[in-house]
Amino acid sequence: MSALAAATPYAAPLGLMDVLQVTILVLVAAGATGVVLIRDPVRQVIALSVYGVLLAVLFLAFQAPDVTLSELTVGAVVLPLLLVLTLAKIRRREE
Amino acid sequence: MTPAARRWVFLAGAAGFAAFLLWGLTGLPGFGGYPGPYGDIINRVAVAQTNATGVVSAINFEYRGFDTVGEEFILFTAAIGVATVLRHLRGERERAARDGAMDRDAPPVSEAVRLVSLVLVGPVFLVGWYLASHAQTSPSGGFQGGVVLATGFVLIYLAGEFLVFKRISPVDITDAVGAVGAGGFAAVGVTALAMGLPYLFNFLPLGSAPGAVSSSGTIALISFFVGIEVAAAFVLIVSELLEQTLLVRQERP
Repeated sequence: MSALAAATPYAAPLGLMDVLQVTILVLVAAGATGVVLIRDPVRQVIALSVYGVLLAVLFLAFQAPDVTLSELTVGAVVLPLLLVLTLAKIRRREE
Repeated sequence: MTPAARRWVFLAGAAGFAAFLLWGLTGLPGFGGYPGPYGDIINRVAVAQTNATGVVSAINFEYRGFDTVGEEFILFTAAIGVATVLRHLRGERERAARDGAMDRDAPPVSEAVRLVSLVLVGPVFLVGWYLASHAQTSPSGGFQGGVVLATGFVLIYLAGEFLVFKRISPVDITDAVGAVGAGGFAAVGVTALAMGLPYLFNFLPLGSAPGAVSSSGTIALISFFVGIEVAAAFVLIVSELLEQTLLVRQERP
C-alpha cells in the first residue's frame, strides 16, 4: 500500500476517506455478488435497487456527485421500477 | 466435444485471459493518478471560458455538446421504441384480457403509501426542477433533474390511481414536451449556425459572474431542454408499461 501510495502523485497518509472508499468498494462487490446469486426475480430487483444506492455512495465517495445523482435516480429508482412493472406484466400473462 | 475436452479449452482460455488481464493491470497508473492532459486543461479554463461553476455540465453541454445531442436522441429514440412496441401489443392483449376475479375491485392503495407519496410529490418536483435549472452552478443537470421530475409523476400514480396519472400525463402532451426538449437542444445548435458560428456555439451572454444562476449562456438553456425531454421520455416509458400491466383493472366495469 505504501509503495503504491508513494508511486502516485496524490500520495497522502491513510485517512478517513480511504477507509470510506475501501469500505464502499467491498460493499459494492458484496452487493453485486448478492444480486447475481439471488434467484427469485422480484427479490433480485429489490437487491438491484439496494445495489444502485451502494453504487451511488461509491461515486460520492470518489468525488463524482454528478454521476451519483444519475446513478441514484436511474439505478436505484427507475430501472427497478421498469423491471418490477415488466415482471408484473409477465406474471399476469402466465396466470 | 467431451466434457473433459471442453474443460481443457475453458482452462486454456481462462489462463490466457488472466495473463493478459494481469499484464494490463500492472500497466495502469497508480490509484488516484490521472495521466491524461484534458482534465487538467479543462479544470484550468472551463470556469473562465463559460462562467459555469458546474464544470461537468459545462463539459456535457458545451465542450462535448455535439456528443450530448446524440445521446439525447438515443434516449428519445428508445422511448419511441418502447412506446411503439407496447402499442403494438395492445390490441392483441385486449382481446385476451380476462381477469379471473371480475367481481372484486382492485386492492386499494394503502393509506400509508398514499400519504407518503402525497407528502413527497411537491419536494420531488422541486428537487427535480432545481437540478434541471442549476446545471451551470452545482453538480446537477438536465438528465438527473428530468429523471427526478419523472419520478414525481410516478409518485402521483402511487398516491392516487392510474387514471389520475394518465390524466395529468396524457401521451399526446408527453410526446409533444419530449419533442420540444429534443428539438430545442438541436435548435440551439442550429441558431448558432444561422448566426454564422459553429454548431452549438455558446452565443448567449455569459452573465456577470461565474456561479450565478443566470450565467453560462446556452449551457443553462440546453440543460433545461434536456430536463424536459428526459422527464417526458421516462414518463412515457413508465406510463406505457403501467398501461400494459394495469389495463385489466382499468377496463373493469
